[in-house]
Amino acid sequence: MNGIHDLGGMDGLGPVLREANEPVFHGDWERRVFAVFIATIVGGLFNDDEFRQARERLEPARYLKAPYYEQWLLAIQRLLDEKGIIKKADIEARMKKLATGAA
Amino acid sequence: MAQDHHDDGPSDVALRVKALESLLVEKGLVDPAALDLIVDTYENRIGPRNGAKVVAKAWADPAYKARLLEDATAAIAELGFTGAQGENMVVLENTATVHNLVVCTLCSCYPWPTLGLPPTWYKSPPYRARAVRDPRGTLREFGVELPEGVEIRVWDSNAEIRYMVLPERPKGTEKLSEEALARLVTRDAMIGVGRASAP
Repeated sequence: MNGIHDLGGMDGLGPVLREANEPVFHGDWERRVFAVFIATIVGGLFNDDEFRQARERLEPARYLKAPYYEQWLLAIQRLLDEKGIIKKADIEARMKKLATGAA
Repeated sequence: MAQDHHDDGPSDVALRVKALESLLVEKGLVDPAALDLIVDTYENRIGPRNGAKVVAKAWADPAYKARLLEDATAAIAELGFTGAQGENMVVLENTATVHNLVVCTLCSCYPWPTLGLPPTWYKSPPYRARAVRDPRGTLREFGVELPEGVEIRVWDSNAEIRYMVLPERPKGTEKLSEEALARLVTRDAMIGVGRASAP
């Protein structure tokens, strides 16, 4: 499948930007996304190819703009939703609960 | 990172992963203790110091270097570096006439057991786009100016293979120990966007 992820040779994306200290993670949410990814893929809830394709199916503008680990999170969410393991609506309901301190 | 300016903001993402994690734990699909161990492993234990040991050993031991270039996965496993994203390793030797550069244009594939998790620029659209289109210019941005006669070979990772560059051994290092050699090996040199440091 072609798509926005097929970036090789694309012009106009600007210079390669490097960070000063290159932290492995840029905040605790990135740590949690990475850990959830490893735990769910090792747990066999999906495989590498499914995960990669789920990222490639992100909406193109979002693919380019979203922080890297947000792409991962959205891909995991989509795969678990599609497989009926955890529905997106349940995640969003839990988010509301957490936001109001009810969970 | 652009996260501060993203429409959904960092709080939405942070909340979303927290919600996902709590549901996974509740359903018994992940073990919370394992999550913390995963973070510690990849943040603190696995990193380019592993790859540097491989490179230093290859510089110091010609028989090891031959094995590394012949079957990198097995040679790297000799030093104990195995695991996810290192199952099918290929090591590319830089010489006076050939310079190798590694990219993953489609994704962010990177040899975790030897280099750790990739830096943000490696995963970013500009690097993925330009490394294959203008490798010489990309290298210049990293401060590597290659003579015209040097051939650049760009290696685009695929779903299985993970590449690592064996940089040229710096001059004047004949008497250094393997440990001292390893300290000259930079992460960038093993991606191909840099050279090993001078002693």
